[in-house]
Amino acid sequence: MFQAFLIKYGEIGIKGKNRHLFEEALMQQIRHALKDVDGEFEVTREQGRIYVEAAAELDYEEALERLQRVFGIVGICPVVIAEDKGFEKLAEDVIAYLKERYGGRPMTFKVQTRRARKDYPIPSMEVNAALGERILQAFPQMKVDVHQPELLLNVEIRKKINIYSDVIPGPGGMPVGTSGKGTLLLSGGIDSPVAGYMIAKRGVTVNAVYFHAPPYTSDRAKQKVVDLAKIVARYAGPITLKIVNFTEIQMYIYEKCPHEELTIIMRRYMMRIAEHFAKESASLGLITGESIGQVASQTMQSLAATDEVCRMPVYRPLIGFDKQEIIDVSERIGTYETSILPYEDCCTIFVAKHPVTKPNVKVIRRSEEKLKERIDEMVKTAIETAETVEVE
Amino acid sequence: MEAYFDNSATTRCSDSVRELMGKVCSEDYGNPSSMHRMGVAGERYIREAKERIAKTLKAREDELIFTSGGTEANNLALIGTAMANRRSGTHLVTTKIEHPSVEGPMKFLEEQGFSVTYLDVDGDGRIFLDQLEEAVTPDTILVSIMYVNNEIGAAEPIGQAVSAAKGKNPSVLFHTDAIQAYGKYQICPKRLGIDLMSVSGHKIHGPKGSGFLYVKEKTKIKPILFGGGQQKGMRSGTENVAGIAGLGLAAKEAYEGFSEKQDRLYRLKEAFLSGLAGEPWAHVNGRTGRDSAPHIVSLSVDGVRSEVLLHALEDRQIYVSSGSACASNKPAASRTLQAIQVRRPYLESTVRISFCPENTEEEVEYCLRNLKELVPMLQKYTRQ
Repeated sequence: MFQAFLIKYGEIGIKGKNRHLFEEALMQQIRHALKDVDGEFEVTREQGRIYVEAAAELDYEEALERLQRVFGIVGICPVVIAEDKGFEKLAEDVIAYLKERYGGRPMTFKVQTRRARKDYPIPSMEVNAALGERILQAFPQMKVDVHQPELLLNVEIRKKINIYSDVIPGPGGMPVGTSGKGTLLLSGGIDSPVAGYMIAKRGVTVNAVYFHAPPYTSDRAKQKVVDLAKIVARYAGPITLKIVNFTEIQMYIYEKCPHEELTIIMRRYMMRIAEHFAKESASLGLITGESIGQVASQTMQSLAATDEVCRMPVYRPLIGFDKQEIIDVSERIGTYETSILPYEDCCTIFVAKHPVTKPNVKVIRRSEEKLKERIDEMVKTAIETAETVEVE
Repeated sequence: MEAYFDNSATTRCSDSVRELMGKVCSEDYGNPSSMHRMGVAGERYIREAKERIAKTLKAREDELIFTSGGTEANNLALIGTAMANRRSGTHLVTTKIEHPSVEGPMKFLEEQGFSVTYLDVDGDGRIFLDQLEEAVTPDTILVSIMYVNNEIGAAEPIGQAVSAAKGKNPSVLFHTDAIQAYGKYQICPKRLGIDLMSVSGHKIHGPKGSGFLYVKEKTKIKPILFGGGQQKGMRSGTENVAGIAGLGLAAKEAYEGFSEKQDRLYRLKEAFLSGLAGEPWAHVNGRTGRDSAPHIVSLSVDGVRSEVLLHALEDRQIYVSSGSACASNKPAASRTLQAIQVRRPYLESTVRISFCPENTEEEVEYCLRNLKELVPMLQKYTRQ
């Protein structure tokens, strides 16, 4: 039935002279999202609206699903396209549309016509009135309500005529690629993929770093992280994932530092390494999935202690979320099932029974002094030997 | 050096088996049910496989049903006989250490109104014969006891178990899951009094997706798959001709030079065990002599989690498994290890080493050397 979509976008409409940049980015994201969906889609912009038209038989369900994952889209209107062959034909087409879409259910309605083509012989107001009359004739059970109609029937007269009445909600947010780049510390858990999703929703292009610790973490744990990155990439677009071998550093910290400080010191080194890759990829910040107080390493004191080692801003989109709220998002975006697969990740293998919850930065720094003999070289090796995986 | 010591999970397909299967796939690919000569050619492979397998069991060719592997054979044996004999009784007996492909159907049958008794085992994983005898009642229709346990290599006293069960109730059917035993033991089901026996192809250097159920003639059993009526209606579905041919050849090869191969496996196992003797961190579960399976060692290691040891060995091209491969994606503790009451920490720090006749003394040495190097190192890093 539908051959096209009219894309509604919100926030980016108000961005002044940058507006067309945002629109371009959105169009590009839409093209990317639809590139392997049946329909040979053409994405065009016309008078502040984006149209996605299928030049061939389209896979409607799949196309809609993909569009619902493109950040920046507020609403998706499935459109029926009719040839302009005079008013009589238009009235027939509209009635056929209503019949197929709503089956003549009793409801209040309003017709809203827009003429993009001002050479159309009948003014919009008159088209509204005339079409309204025809609809009432065809469906006597329907009623006109121009203030709060249940059904708002849009008729847009362009080269061809677009008929639509549904607005399916999009994900909102901003098109990826309009807000710069960020580097996500991705683990195999529930939180970090959600953090990646949330930051991408604000238009940020996401890169990721994963720390693995063979033999303590397995190849399956690594595969799980790649799989999670793939799911996030469905929303965020292609992700460059760095996989850092962290075992040696972890063992060294284990040997030299007090056990209850292990996690915090480990996280400080993760931040240092992640910052290196962030700079390398011209990121503007680091992104983590932490939320205040969730575990010992996520108290405000611990977060302050981890942030202290890097100069880049650290973005934590989940900072005020409860665990259940994070789980809800992860279920909605499809990462949850993968996140809960039972492979150990390197943050949990050596967790002390009673880790520090209020680390004193001075004390932590003093502990790190004990590492100075070999740690720089180890960090360097970890960076140099990191594996790069392009995830799409 | 590489040492593949996970042969109870699966084995390398032998070259001759692979060649034969390739020939079936690309030349003799006819459907055995087809009337023309291509069909006849396909059927010939099946007949040949039956002959080869029947010979290893001293059984009749029409006592074999080909399946998609051990899991299907166990499902067919248990569900098929329970359904066919439910008028005679609704009670089944099995053990607490069966493979999930026996445990699963048993749980299903419980939901269908059957009752199941799960037998205990001793610290070596062997059943108590008096407990078995006590469990069998006039209402018992089936006893299922595995021949060799897949996790610790305990060999059950199958002959005595059959006598105990049938002595109490002569009409009871006896099934054994011989998936870890076939090819490692000479098994003559008829002499032992076994009515049903499950075997898998890929544990004996045959292909995955192949297996069979031995069903003694005149045993009452119903199919669990329905369709075109292949294999006398007992297992519908076009026969996996290549798989069956491969299975047949693998079976034949497994029993060629059998005593030498069995002895070789025992010697590998003994070399491995004696190499561990005196290591304070090594604890071997179950019996270790020639009254245990020739190819399986269950090793608990003090203070090192099995997953960690497994990956550390993997890094040295040594492949073992934690628990049994079929259960190792689940975080739950092994039922077998619980049943033999290993010390609690060992539930998380037990690996299985399993040999095949292709393994060498050098590989065993290599593995021992690495274990002795890795374990003390890994023990240093633990959760405190």
